[in-house]
Amino acid sequence: MSGTFVTLVAAEIERPSIDWHAIAPELILLGGGALVTVIDLIWLERVRKLIPTLTSLVFLVALIPVITLWADGSGLPRGLWIIDENVPATGVWEGAFVVDNYSLVLKGLFLLSAYVIVLLSTNYMSEGDYYDSEYYQLIAASVLGMLVMSSSRDLISIFVALELVSIPAYLMAAWRKRDLKSNEAGLKYMLMGVFASAILLYGMSLLYGIAGSTLLSDIAAAIDIGESRPVITLGIVFTIIGFGFKVSAVPFHTWAPDTYEGAPTPLTAFLAVASKAAGFVALINVVIVALPTQANVVEPFIWVLAAITMTVGNLIALRQTNLVRMLAYSGVAQAGYMLAPLAVYDGISDRATSAVVTYLVIYAAMNLGAFAVVIIAARKTRSAELSSYGGMFNYAPGLTLAMTIFLFSLAGIPPVGGWWAKFEVFRVLTEGNRTSGIALAVIAAVNSVIAAFYYLNIAKQMWFLPSPDGDNSRIAIPPALLAAVGLTVAATIVSGVLPGVVSDMTDFVNVAAGQ
Amino acid sequence: MFAAAAFPILPALIITPLITVAVLMLIPANRNSELKLAALVGTTITGMMSIWMLYAFEIADDGFQFAVNRVWLEELGLSWNLGVDGISLFLVVLTGILFPIAITATEPHHDPKQYYIWLTLLMSGSMGVFIALDLLLFFLFFEIVLVPMYFLIGGWGHGNRIHAALKFFLYTMAGSALMLVGIVSVAFLSQDATGGLTFDVVQLAEAQALSQTAQRLVFGSFALAFAVKVPLFPLHTWLPDAHTEAPTAGSVILAGVMLKLGTYGYLRFGIYLFPQAAHDLAWIFLTLGVIGIVYGAAVATMQRDLKRLVAYSSVAHLGFIALGMFVLNTQGIQGAVFQMVNHGISTGALFILVGWVYERRHTREIAALGGLQKSAPIMAGVFTLVMLSSIGLPGLNGFVGEFLILLGGFQGARWWTVIAVTGVILAALYLLWAYQRVFHGTPTEENASMPDLRLSEGLAILPLLVLIVFLGVYPKPMLERIEPAVERLVVHVEANVDGFEEPGPEQLPAEPATADDLTHTLEEAEAEAEAKEEAESLGGEG
Repeated sequence: MSGTFVTLVAAEIERPSIDWHAIAPELILLGGGALVTVIDLIWLERVRKLIPTLTSLVFLVALIPVITLWADGSGLPRGLWIIDENVPATGVWEGAFVVDNYSLVLKGLFLLSAYVIVLLSTNYMSEGDYYDSEYYQLIAASVLGMLVMSSSRDLISIFVALELVSIPAYLMAAWRKRDLKSNEAGLKYMLMGVFASAILLYGMSLLYGIAGSTLLSDIAAAIDIGESRPVITLGIVFTIIGFGFKVSAVPFHTWAPDTYEGAPTPLTAFLAVASKAAGFVALINVVIVALPTQANVVEPFIWVLAAITMTVGNLIALRQTNLVRMLAYSGVAQAGYMLAPLAVYDGISDRATSAVVTYLVIYAAMNLGAFAVVIIAARKTRSAELSSYGGMFNYAPGLTLAMTIFLFSLAGIPPVGGWWAKFEVFRVLTEGNRTSGIALAVIAAVNSVIAAFYYLNIAKQMWFLPSPDGDNSRIAIPPALLAAVGLTVAATIVSGVLPGVVSDMTDFVNVAAGQ
Repeated sequence: MFAAAAFPILPALIITPLITVAVLMLIPANRNSELKLAALVGTTITGMMSIWMLYAFEIADDGFQFAVNRVWLEELGLSWNLGVDGISLFLVVLTGILFPIAITATEPHHDPKQYYIWLTLLMSGSMGVFIALDLLLFFLFFEIVLVPMYFLIGGWGHGNRIHAALKFFLYTMAGSALMLVGIVSVAFLSQDATGGLTFDVVQLAEAQALSQTAQRLVFGSFALAFAVKVPLFPLHTWLPDAHTEAPTAGSVILAGVMLKLGTYGYLRFGIYLFPQAAHDLAWIFLTLGVIGIVYGAAVATMQRDLKRLVAYSSVAHLGFIALGMFVLNTQGIQGAVFQMVNHGISTGALFILVGWVYERRHTREIAALGGLQKSAPIMAGVFTLVMLSSIGLPGLNGFVGEFLILLGGFQGARWWTVIAVTGVILAALYLLWAYQRVFHGTPTEENASMPDLRLSEGLAILPLLVLIVFLGVYPKPMLERIEPAVERLVVHVEANVDGFEEPGPEQLPAEPATADDLTHTLEEAEAEAEAKEEAESLGGEG
């Protein structure tokens, strides 16, 4: 890093001015996170109750420049520097940090997800006798990594962003420190995460070795040699495997269920939605920007990953009796659907990106919602076992309805959001009229039926079966959790009934060249 | 047509039940009678509107009427495209009639509010399926109807209801998931021919842009989804469970309306979109249909549970409809459409009657019943009429449909039809035998004290009885509305299948003139006269 830094300083004399607006979301998050830490350090206990509110405010304030950048779409894509047309750009970070529609949608997604995660965490943390201020600071740090990831078009910044996302999450996974399961969760996650990072770095170093540059667009140009070479293939495969761990693709998913079950449930939601999305963003960036000419290597590899991820994830989810573990495996399967468009990206990379991002957005809404219900239900039942959801309709009809909406959405039943996400994936898979794409679409279709079985199983418990202990007292839902459920229900329904709202945002043009 | 332009009747058919749902949500859960009244009023208004469409429907027009087309998602060519032709018209009316009757005829035993909300939602979705002319919109409704039905069976069913609900849901979803792949594929493969991405059924059908293999594969994905829904042998196994365990209203709607989603799907989206593939693979569906007829009848004969018997009789009846459709001639398809409506009426009525017997006796075991004719003579009379309609006695509605199917079948698929005819005899066997065991003989003590039909119950089922007789005696108003659309479909198949000519009477020399042939010629004369009129009026304008 120090080498780059020197170059930065050396270039400072003739460098164009910084585009503050473009990096405002990251700066606000950085400054806000630091401010929250300082406030916590100065006033300690007296402000502890305010920390979650402050953190969520930081997320919402950081959302403002994302929206203004979007609204001021004329200047996009923008970079770190304001580049004068007459002065040739020479900075090392040139093209490494890109703000375009694609990255803005993702930033919005990450910030809103983080906001919901804070809503989910508030009661859980304050009632559980944990260190709570630090938890929120770590979330802010992790989300900062996600924002940087959205804009990264350079191996180094991608790696740094990925670690910034992951390291706080390792800590938070072990947050319930008196619980052995949580310790196991954190340790397992960290070991597998570090292992994945090592593999990723190995792949990246091979790519760098060929291209002589860490910039994705330079790599794309360097490996466009019209033939495949073992070293390029090796680099690609290792890089994708590295990301495979992050997005919990089979067979690199083994950490996910244990970590999800042991970690604090709000953090599980964070890992299953935001952290996974960050992994996908990194994968999209590398595949779409750096490897457009290597489809013959990337596509079959991702095809196989997607097919086994969705199938294995669903089959194991069928056998789960713990709802959090079931959601974990269902998340693995959903990752398979999200990988699918990248298995046919050749020539339609923008459409493939749109499909993945659409899926990420809708998945975030419905999955966060499902976790919110799990957290609320656990306040009464103290359990995430499937059987403890029996008879929920009798004592919490509204919550049951909300959960049913999330489950049907996850299963892809219209008119709620999930069907649109699946439709977008099917659209990309069949668009090129390629046998491989259609075959994958058929596999995905068969899988969605398997998935419907266990989603309906949950609905069945809640609607038709009696509660296991006959306790039909109502659940008191704290306002923060109620807000989280309300937001996610609204997002799930709107994205299904008016899919135009999502598809207008995710209709990307020229993602690869956005620099 | 001018009235239709003024009032968007088709969206109203979908929206009125939705408004009813909103009203139901506002009524407190313990107000049983108010809830029932609200649901009844909402569904009846919808039913009235569908009946009004019968009157406003232009008989000679073979295209889609009352059409509404609003863009939903421009970039995808996705539109809110609704319309009704002679094929879907009567299914819409059937839906409109059966829902209020199902609501009147039976009461839920618990949670009336939820029950009525699901039922009215189901009505909205069912209407949508029959009037959607956009493939994707059709798919949405096709999937949406699963949800209320799942909850109706699971929540208010009998015995093994949860298992039955799940089985029903998964079977249907397995078919429709592949259909979604097929829908997207056909839209993309036709993209060049239709000048842009569209899911409009008419445009896709006119384009016929798929290669033979692609057409067969995509047709296969559609056909599978519909085969589950119909259900065709051997995908029928969900049906006896779902029908038997569902609450009475659920069984009525399931048999009356939801099975038609499959057969209607074959006509509107299978044969119309993929005539070549449908023609090439017709033998599969003819064979499965005929197996269904014989197998369904044989299994129905052996049932000990009255409701299960009626459920299996559906398998046989739907086999007839499949036979009629895939003969691919006007009479066969016309008969199939007619029979879809008949089956909805007579099987719906049978389920209602079985439901009433169950409410009174708390058993559906045929062996436990007996001699009911003594204690409930009116019910026995009603049951006789409905049963005879289901058997296909001349003079009642079932005969007209079956006769047309067999007539068409002899011209196009003679040997299949020869076997299918045995189904008529078998139907008489299992239904009459069941009737004999349930209503004849000396009643046991419990059966002797069974109360007869109440007036309200009699009134609830009366419309169905009137239809059974009316359509049997005077089917012309219905047939003449169905025929133009069916002919258009057959012409479409002829135009798009090489060397295919509608199997017609010329293959059978000395075909005796039938009542239907007479209507046929009559209509042709009418159509000619109208064409002349039109030409004249055009000339006058010019």
